[in-house]
Amino acid sequence: MGNVARTLEIPKPVPGPAPVRVEQSIWDKIAESKEFKDLMATKKVFIVPAFIFFVVYYFALPVLVGYAPNFMATKVIGRVNLAYLFALSQFFVAWGIAGLYVRAASNFDRLSKDILEKAENSKGAR
Amino acid sequence: MNISLVMFLLFIAITLGITYWASKRSAGASAYFAASRQIKGWQNGIAVAGDYMSAASFLGIAGIIAFQGYDGFLFSVGWLVAYLTVLLVIAEPLRNAGKYTMADVLAYRLKPRPVRAMASLSTLTVSTFYMIAQMVGAGALVKLLLGGYVTYNQAVIGVGILMIVYVVFGGMLATTWVQIVKAVLLMAGTILLSILVMAHFHFSFGEFFGAISQVTYHDAKGAVVVKDFLTPGLRYKPPFGALDLISLGLALIFGTAGLPHILVRFYTVPDAKTARHSVVWAMVLIGSFYIMTTFLGFGAATIVGPDFIKGHGGTNMSAPLLAQALAGNIFFAFISSIAFATILAVVAGLTISATTSFSHDFWTNVIHNGVERKPGEEVLVARISAFVVGAVAIAIAILLGPTANVAFLVALAFAVAASANLPVIVLSIFWRRFNTAGAVTGLAVGLLASIGLILVSPSLMAIDPPTVTGAARHLIQAKAWFPLENPGILSIPLGFIGAFLGTLLSSEPTSAEKFNELLVRSNTGLGAEKATAH
Repeated sequence: MGNVARTLEIPKPVPGPAPVRVEQSIWDKIAESKEFKDLMATKKVFIVPAFIFFVVYYFALPVLVGYAPNFMATKVIGRVNLAYLFALSQFFVAWGIAGLYVRAASNFDRLSKDILEKAENSKGAR
Repeated sequence: MNISLVMFLLFIAITLGITYWASKRSAGASAYFAASRQIKGWQNGIAVAGDYMSAASFLGIAGIIAFQGYDGFLFSVGWLVAYLTVLLVIAEPLRNAGKYTMADVLAYRLKPRPVRAMASLSTLTVSTFYMIAQMVGAGALVKLLLGGYVTYNQAVIGVGILMIVYVVFGGMLATTWVQIVKAVLLMAGTILLSILVMAHFHFSFGEFFGAISQVTYHDAKGAVVVKDFLTPGLRYKPPFGALDLISLGLALIFGTAGLPHILVRFYTVPDAKTARHSVVWAMVLIGSFYIMTTFLGFGAATIVGPDFIKGHGGTNMSAPLLAQALAGNIFFAFISSIAFATILAVVAGLTISATTSFSHDFWTNVIHNGVERKPGEEVLVARISAFVVGAVAIAIAILLGPTANVAFLVALAFAVAASANLPVIVLSIFWRRFNTAGAVTGLAVGLLASIGLILVSPSLMAIDPPTVTGAARHLIQAKAWFPLENPGILSIPLGFIGAFLGTLLSSEPTSAEKFNELLVRSNTGLGAEKATAH
């Protein structure tokens, strides 16, 4: 791995056209490989819905509090109202999504480990 | 001798000890800028929390809840949920593809010089605004707590010198550990305060919320008012309250992931997986802290009362006064010194992100085309710029004075981060067609829109009654042109539109290969910067 990292190190940014480097084509090769496409698809399946869900759930709070304050002031448990409970639930939902993401991400790690190993092997064979 | 003073000095002694220890390990650029990338996940998580939980959250949110009840708690929610953007979208790609700053990620596929120059300008703007807000707060706080011992100017100079010392001698390693110590102290203080508040109500939530439902105080006209502080709408009122709330939410959700002093933290860990774990650690701490603002804020409203707080230093003193009411002067001193530690740690974090961006992005990569002319130059320039940043922050804070209305500077920092930094980072990672013109326009439009809209917002434009004098008066005495305190709802779309239009209107070809490179790097960590041995 150390070897790959060193040979793939990007030159310090220089102005003008970048020098042509043989190793660079490895990026295209990996980007078009089935393994990488699988990784990206697996990521997308989790991240896109998770992101949309938390954004919608979060903005429901200011929208409801802002436009339906009387409804949100409804008392639910004793003196505790809907507005406070919904705000409190945001914390647990955020933690929940973070927990699910960490679980899903172990899958991403496994897939990218294969890609990294393959990149290293193709390097060694050259 | 004043107990607060003793505790302040104790904290200063500990942090100087850390700085001395770190200075012996901070040789070399990776050690200085990124603590050799050897910070553990949980340590970085605590440090992220330390960087993030500023005096604005500890003193500010407690104060807003104490005076405006539930609406203040909405701040708390946004400050945690924002970390999901950091976790899901930003932290790992940034760690995989970058080296020291967010501009590293942009410079892969775009022309490095213009992009780095703009990114550096935006970083310096965010850091300086945020820092000035903290410095003015620190000066005012220290003056209140140690009045008679220390003046405002001395306090500002003291804080400035300390942050310069941490950053110049201890680099990222010292800054990280100062954050960790501060975050642990802050959590300990907050947990203690929360327990004491509940003890006051005999550990009965019924009793606690009962008290919250009838907070009694005198309004501006001197009439007695009894309000249910759990009801929404005490701060955000029609006609623009709801929009302002949404705008604030947008700035938090998209701004946190663009704050330079948070972003640099992800370069201090060995790899993307550790970066991910550090975000989760940070979320646990930050979430617990913000849930506990319920006890701090509503505790201050019910136990101390808005009337008393108003007469003893104002909103920002809510949490320290609550401590005093519950457990006397020693606890007051303890909570006050935690607030002081909070400010010191946050300004240190801001200073190192500003100096890193200036030296790495601007000096080395823009002025000198990415070539370090002699070994150690980048670190040397960073150390010198820490002096300059510190001196400028001290000068501006003294010029503004303790009564200056600076709360809007924090909102501005978030707005710039959300409208300038975030669109460009996201588009450069995800949009194949994105190019240099798009990045530069996006950054410029986001930056100008945020600053311009804040200038004409109620934060700076209002007609004050003649009783308000000096720096507390609004800068422009006229009716605000833009009705919202937070510009996010308009400036974030403008930032994105700027980036889109800049890209589409430019004929600059985009390199598919470069995009593939960034895509592979940011998603797999191939060729990512490695941790270095001490």
